Amino acid sequence: MPEKFHIHTAPVPPRHRPVGKLGIVDWREDCSNCHNCVKRSCVYGLFRDEADALREEVGYLDYIYQCKGCLSCIQNCTKGILNRVVNPEFKRLGDGHYTPDIILSTWFQAETGRIPVSGAGYGGPFSGPGFDAIWTDMSEIVRPTRDGIHGREYINTGVCIGRRLQRLSFEGARLTTVSPPVLESPMPVMFDVIPEQFRRGVIPQSITRAAADIGLPAVVPASLLNDDYPASGSIVPWINNAAEADRFPEARMAMISDGPDVLAARDAMKQKSPDRVISVRMEASPDAAVRIIQLVGEGVEVIHLVFTNHGLEHAASNPRHMRHVLREVHCALVKSRQRDEVTLTASGGIAAAEHVTKALLCGADAVAVDIPLLLALECRYCGECARREQCPIEMEKVDGNYATQRVKNLMGAWHQQLLEMMGAMGIREARRLRGEVGRCMFFEDLERDTFGRIFGRRKQQAGVL
Amino acid sequence: MNAVKQSESGQPGQPAASMAGGIEHARVSREVKPALPRFRNEIGKYRIHRSSDCVNCGRCAEICPRGVHTRPGSYRLLMRPLDYRCIGTDCAKTDHYCVKACPKGALSISLNRTFETLGDYRWTPDLLISNWIMAETGEAPGPHLESEVGASGGGFDRLRLRFPETIPSDLRREDISTSLLLNRRDDSRPKLAIDVPWYGGGMSFGSTNINMLLGKARAAKAWNTFSCTGEGGYPDRFIPYADHMITQVATGLFGVREETIQRAPIVEFKYAQGAKPGLGGHLLGDKNTPAVAAMREAVVGTSLFSPFPFHSVYSVEDHKKHLDWIAHVNPRALLSAKVSTPADVDMVAVGIYYAGGHIVHMDGSYGGTGAAPNVAKKNIAMPIEYAINRVHKFLVDEGIREKVTLMASGGVRNPYDAAKAIALGADGVVIGTAELVSAGCNRCGNCESGRGCARGIATTDPELLKMVDVEWCTQRLINMHHAWREILIGLLHRLGLDSVAALRGRTDLLTHLDYEDA
Repeated sequence: MPEKFHIHTAPVPPRHRPVGKLGIVDWREDCSNCHNCVKRSCVYGLFRDEADALREEVGYLDYIYQCKGCLSCIQNCTKGILNRVVNPEFKRLGDGHYTPDIILSTWFQAETGRIPVSGAGYGGPFSGPGFDAIWTDMSEIVRPTRDGIHGREYINTGVCIGRRLQRLSFEGARLTTVSPPVLESPMPVMFDVIPEQFRRGVIPQSITRAAADIGLPAVVPASLLNDDYPASGSIVPWINNAAEADRFPEARMAMISDGPDVLAARDAMKQKSPDRVISVRMEASPDAAVRIIQLVGEGVEVIHLVFTNHGLEHAASNPRHMRHVLREVHCALVKSRQRDEVTLTASGGIAAAEHVTKALLCGADAVAVDIPLLLALECRYCGECARREQCPIEMEKVDGNYATQRVKNLMGAWHQQLLEMMGAMGIREARRLRGEVGRCMFFEDLERDTFGRIFGRRKQQAGVL
Repeated sequence: MNAVKQSESGQPGQPAASMAGGIEHARVSREVKPALPRFRNEIGKYRIHRSSDCVNCGRCAEICPRGVHTRPGSYRLLMRPLDYRCIGTDCAKTDHYCVKACPKGALSISLNRTFETLGDYRWTPDLLISNWIMAETGEAPGPHLESEVGASGGGFDRLRLRFPETIPSDLRREDISTSLLLNRRDDSRPKLAIDVPWYGGGMSFGSTNINMLLGKARAAKAWNTFSCTGEGGYPDRFIPYADHMITQVATGLFGVREETIQRAPIVEFKYAQGAKPGLGGHLLGDKNTPAVAAMREAVVGTSLFSPFPFHSVYSVEDHKKHLDWIAHVNPRALLSAKVSTPADVDMVAVGIYYAGGHIVHMDGSYGGTGAAPNVAKKNIAMPIEYAINRVHKFLVDEGIREKVTLMASGGVRNPYDAAKAIALGADGVVIGTAELVSAGCNRCGNCESGRGCARGIATTDPELLKMVDVEWCTQRLINMHHAWREILIGLLHRLGLDSVAALRGRTDLLTHLDYEDA
């Protein structure tokens, strides 16, 4: 058995009091001070244990974060005066895409490195926008590719970034084909550029170090790289012109923005370092597919599509979700018989582990993450930094080791979840997830084939995209 | 209403004397008796505030028909209002509205703040409380609660039954049959039928409190239906209820022995479960106490894996070999296969039938009574509403629909869901979460945390186990079954159908609010 890819996780407690979801409040008047709530009722001993003991155990003290909302104290209160409330601070976290629940779940994964587990079935909406309208498949019986919990050992989450050869050519018995350069990533995940407002303290370096430890490519604007933030093998410098590439002889991949001169710049770089993979970065837009076909026809080996923070294309009106754009681009490439000639990576709005799997199923070869890496550092996504206000949790002061390990923990948990989903699908290679819509189910298709058959046409406004 | 009146003297949190004994009797009746909440402060939709202006005149206690205000026996002062029984401002239309009747204006009603934090999109606070009321009283919850649908925005929550304008005038409620035939094959095995079109799903000894499991078994016996062992083995305490207990054979094969197979009227093969389709089960080491380990023939304190899938089943032929093995060991048993809802669930169902199965049991992802990775619960396998109709139609097209019983589970929260599932094409449903909620589960989701369930339901902690009383749990479930059946009969009556079997596959009696013809 080949050496197994493993992300080493270790618990890293938060620096600040985390924002919890549920809390207990009372009306102090009428309390009989019987202390039943604090001494007897709490099954988890949250109140019973002295504050110091709690501090020792987890390094911080906060009832609201730890309250599991079981209602025991409320229902046993002698006077019936306790109430459970949803923490208003929790409701204010994040936005419609990076929801409070996603943020809390990301914090948990970054703290523990574990998969979020809960009891009592799924309590969420039936379906939803974007990736929430996709279900992945599973299979009832053993296939040679999978063998339950032990079969996970054999699942390979690695992907290659670069051009794939269509055929080999020979002269007599001699191989004449020169293999194009390829970058291997142990997960179909890259780290994308950290938005400017988050480039504080040691955050960018620490996140890059986590990428290097795991072996994931990390995109960094070339202008940031200097002696204090040196380029390493895992860094993908995002350069402005071909000449700038010379500063990074060790970089195995470089990124350049799409533009009128992009092909000339690519050619210039390739001439100097033929073994470097060149990725062309472009905004996802309604004409993306046409442009990509054109670029791939000109031999571009990697396309990096950037979506908005909410996973939407950049369009003046009715922007489509990433899943529609990726499907369109993927299918266009398949139709023009160029799909294997290019690696398609996508970033923007990848908020949870399941989004990685689903973006691949829709046609990407890999995704790049940005915001979740900052959520891992306890960011509340409050937007203060974008308004040039002070960060309420002083992210500029984070310790490098803390930041690196939190990010590794998050990726460790995501990797485990990727394995869970692939195991259930019976897919043993992440490479084979790409565009494999046969292993997933779309809301629209299921509705049409089931309820559409019975009830006719679905109302327009009720359609979920 | 009767049931509430009888319970006037009782206070929640103090089990009545008749329930405190904990003696197991194999004889249980399906009679509805009040089964009060376990805690002092049961949660309702409303809260009543009685201000210091109260002069204890007792007017409110005299007029309230729901037992919200009580003054037992020789008490001078009124008890604290049992506000979970209050139906809120709807009551203002009646002549027994305490807020108006109070001579001192000391009473006021407000929405309970805790109520608003309960539940989720599937099990809304209204649905949870509706279930608790049914379990306590055996009656349908009042109109002050939305007890029919949740807020998930799709599937059951957007489907509605379509009632005809007129129904046959000679159709009497008491003539309506809710019986469900489980064996539709022409074979020598018993033609088992159950009195209600649902049975209890598998919960294993080790994950769930034995007292809860016994309550399930006893209620199943009272209602002539079934409960299921789950895969944690077959404790001897189940033996008195053996005729109403399904033995589950799951991938870990825990506790599967010749005698447990021979004892069972139905043997269920669990291929997958909706909450974690394609993933294995995992009993944490903490829950593996000496009793659990003995039952599962394992080492105390080790984590026990129940792998996915059956490592001996690589094809439908292997599946047949499995069923043949059980059929040989127990010539009386009906065979059931529990599967999840993959894209090819219709083919899976046909495979189960041709291998000799009597019951095809599909489990969707909104159910599940134990802990599972969130990523699996949310994303893997299709919602049960789609699967039911796809499988039903496929079986009809294959010409074998009348030869097999189709059961659906995973998200059946109430009798309305059951009726919709049956109208979509299932013969009956399997319930699990609804049973747990009846026993006081509030779906906090911490089944796996620390010592386990704060309600003493999903736990093996010796102290927490005592929180659930067998007799109490039995009665709660018996009441729930009664309320469900009454509601179902009411629906069938309004639909003009004389049996639940006549509802199967009647998609013409359904409408979907998101479709144009609704």
